[in-house]
Amino acid sequence: MKKSKIVQYNKWGYIFLIPFMVVYLLFQLIPLITTIWNSFFENYLSGLMQVGPNFVGFGNYADILSNPDLWLYAGNTVIMWILCFIPQLFFSLLLAAWFTDPSLRLKGQGFFKTVIYLPNLIMASAFAMLFYTLFSVSGPINSILMQIGLFKEPFDFLQNIWAARGLVGFMNFIMWFGNTTILLMAGMMGIDPSLFEAAQVDGANSTQIFFKVTLPLLKPIFIYVLITSLIGGLQMFDVPQVLTKSTGDPMRTTLTLIMYLNKHLYSKNYGMGGALSVLLFIITAILSLLVFRFSSGRKEA
Amino acid sequence: MKKAVRKMIALTLAAGMVLSMTGCGGSKSASSNGGKVFNIYCWNEEFKSRVTDHYPGYEEVDATTGKIGDVTVKWNITPNQGSAYQDNLDQHLLNQEKAAADDKIDLFLIEADYALKYINSDYALPVKDLGIKDDELANQYKYTKDIVTDSKGVLKGVSWQGCPGVMIYNRDIAKDVFGTDDPETVQAKVKDWDTYNQTAKEVAAKGHFMTSSFVDPYRVFSNNVSGPWVQDGKIVVDKNIEQWINYSKEWVDEKATNVYDLWDGDTWGKGFYPEGNVFCYFGPAWFIDFCMAADDEASIAHQGGWAACEGPQGFYWGGTWICGCKGTDNADLVADIMRKLTTDKDIMTEIVNADNDFVNNKPAMEALAADPDYQNTVLGGQNPLPMFCAGAEKIDLSNLSPYDQGCNEKLQEAMKNYLNGNGSLEESMDLFYKAVEEMYPEVTH
Repeated sequence: MKKSKIVQYNKWGYIFLIPFMVVYLLFQLIPLITTIWNSFFENYLSGLMQVGPNFVGFGNYADILSNPDLWLYAGNTVIMWILCFIPQLFFSLLLAAWFTDPSLRLKGQGFFKTVIYLPNLIMASAFAMLFYTLFSVSGPINSILMQIGLFKEPFDFLQNIWAARGLVGFMNFIMWFGNTTILLMAGMMGIDPSLFEAAQVDGANSTQIFFKVTLPLLKPIFIYVLITSLIGGLQMFDVPQVLTKSTGDPMRTTLTLIMYLNKHLYSKNYGMGGALSVLLFIITAILSLLVFRFSSGRKEA
Repeated sequence: MKKAVRKMIALTLAAGMVLSMTGCGGSKSASSNGGKVFNIYCWNEEFKSRVTDHYPGYEEVDATTGKIGDVTVKWNITPNQGSAYQDNLDQHLLNQEKAAADDKIDLFLIEADYALKYINSDYALPVKDLGIKDDELANQYKYTKDIVTDSKGVLKGVSWQGCPGVMIYNRDIAKDVFGTDDPETVQAKVKDWDTYNQTAKEVAAKGHFMTSSFVDPYRVFSNNVSGPWVQDGKIVVDKNIEQWINYSKEWVDEKATNVYDLWDGDTWGKGFYPEGNVFCYFGPAWFIDFCMAADDEASIAHQGGWAACEGPQGFYWGGTWICGCKGTDNADLVADIMRKLTTDKDIMTEIVNADNDFVNNKPAMEALAADPDYQNTVLGGQNPLPMFCAGAEKIDLSNLSPYDQGCNEKLQEAMKNYLNGNGSLEESMDLFYKAVEEMYPEVTH
C-alpha cells in the first residue's frame, strides 16, 4: 500500500466528535427514544409488583389530554413563568443599559456583574429551602412583619395562591435576572456605537436612544432570551417542588407540568410519564425551532 | 480511519461486557452466612439506638457504621415522610439480586402503614426460615404477629415494641382549665368525642390549644374504621374519617387547633415546650419516649410535665417490624438480632427501664405494669403501662391495606387546603383522590 501524499485532517474531526457523540447517544438520544417507546405502554409498579408493560397505543396520551387538570398545571407553569419573566426583563434591561452606557462611567462594574449573577450559582433546591424557612408561619419574615405591626397573626404565605405563586416567580427572577442581564449586555455591546453617536448628533436624548435605537436592534437577542426563558420556564420544577413540599399547595395552583410528571414517576409509571414527556418535548421542540429561525435569520439584518 | 473506529467500538463493547459480568457474582440462594458487611435499612435513629444500647457486642464506629464481632454494620437511614424511605428501599430491593455481596440488604424495617406491601412480597424472609421457632415468639402480642403474617399464613417479621396509644396531656393546662391534673378527672373530660369537643371549647376559651394540629387525633379515627382504605380497587372513605374531617373543621374554626404539618418542629412541635400552649398529643410509647424532646431541658417532657389517659377511643400508631431480607449473607446475625431484641425478656425489660418503650413481651409488660416502682419520668412519675397493656390486647389490624401511608398522608395534605379555606370540602376531597390515584395507578374512586 502506498502512502497518499495528501494529509487527511478530516479524521481528527470525527475523532474529536466521538466523546460528544457517545455522551449524546447514551444520555440524550437513547433515553429520548425509550421515552417515546415507553409512552405507548401501560407500565408501572404497584408496591413491589410490576404491572405491564402492556401495549396501549395512544391510550396514555388520551388519558393525559382528557385530564382537565393538565391545563391547570400548564396554566400554573405559564403564570409563574410570567411572574418571573416580566420583572426579570425590566431589571435586566435597566442594568444592561446602565452597564453598557459609556457615558455613565459606572465604577465597580465587575463586582456588580458578579453579584447579580451569584444567585444562579446556589442550588435551586437549597434556595427554595431557604425561602421555605424564611416565609414559614414561624419564620423570620412573619416575626418581622408582626413586630412592626403590619400583621396581627402570622400569615401563611405558602397557603395563599398569589403569595405562593409570587414567591416562586420571585425566586426564579432572583436566580435568572443576572444571566439575562449578561445576555442583553452582550447584545447591546454588539450594536455599532456609531449609531448611538449619530443619534446623539441628531439631538436624541438618552430615553429616545434607548427606545428608538437600542431596543429595535436588540430584537434578535430579545427573542432568543424570551424563548430560552420560556423553555426553561416549561421545565420549572425544583423551586416549587421544594417550596411546597411537592404538594403544589394551595389546591395545586403551584403545581407545574414537570411536578405533575414527577407524580407519575413515584409509581414508576413510565407510560404516563413518557406520554407527558413527549408532549413537553413537542412543545419545546417547536419553541427551539423558533429560536433557530430567528437566530439564523439575524445574519441577514 | 475505519480501522481505528472499529477498534474503538470493539474496545467499548469489551469494556461493557467485563463491567456487566462483574455484576453477576451474588449467590442465588435466599440466605447465607459469612458476610462481612451487614446492611440495615431504616428511617430514623430509633432502632439504631436500641441496637447500640441493648444488643450485646455492638460497638459504634461512627454515625452510620458499627461493628458486631468482625462484621461491619452499615446503617442506611432515609426519612419516612413522603414515602422517601419506601422509594429508596424499593430501589435497592429490586436490585438485591444483582447487588454485590457487601451491598445486599440484610435487614430492613417496616412500619404498620405499609407493612403489607413487603410482607406479601418475596423480599421479606419467613421468620421460620431464619431458624426462629413459633414457641420462641409465644410472649409477643398477637397483633404484632398478625400484621406481618402474609396471605399464606407465613410470619415474616418480628417487632420489639407494641404501639397502643394514649392521650398525653399537659398537666399545667389541665390544672388551669379543670383545676386538677388527675388522670381520671381528665379522662372523664374526654371520654367520648362529644365530651372531647365540649372540652376543646373550654380549653380554647382559656387561650390554649386542645391539640397542636388537626392531624394529632387522626389515628384515633383512622384506626377505628370499619373497612380498609381500598376495597376492590376503589378508595373508600370511612364514616369515621368523615367524622374526623367534620370535627377538624370545628376545631380549627374554634381556634382549638392549628393547621400544621405533623413533625414540623417549628410549628407542630412547639407544643412540646411550655410556650407552645398545647393541651394534648396522641401517641404510643415511642412517641413519649422518642418524639417529645425529652432531652431538651426547656421541654415539658424534661420537667415531667405530661400525664396520660386513655382518651376518647383506643388506637395504635405505627410500630416497627424487623424483616430479614431475601439474599442476606448474614442470616444468623439477622436471627440473633431478632431473638435478642424481640424475645429476650431481660433485654426487653432493660429497654423499658432505659427508654420507656412498650416492648412486645406480654409477661414482662404485665410484671412492670403491676410494679409500683416503675415510673415514667416524662409523665411526671405516672406508670402508663397498665393503660398500654389493656390497649395492646384490643388492637385490631384487620383493616390495614398496603395503601395506608399514601392515603393517610394525601388525605392530611388535601384537608390542609380545606381547613385553610383554599378549597371547598368537595374540591379538597377531589384533590385527595387525584393524589392517591397518581401514587397508585391501579386505584380508582
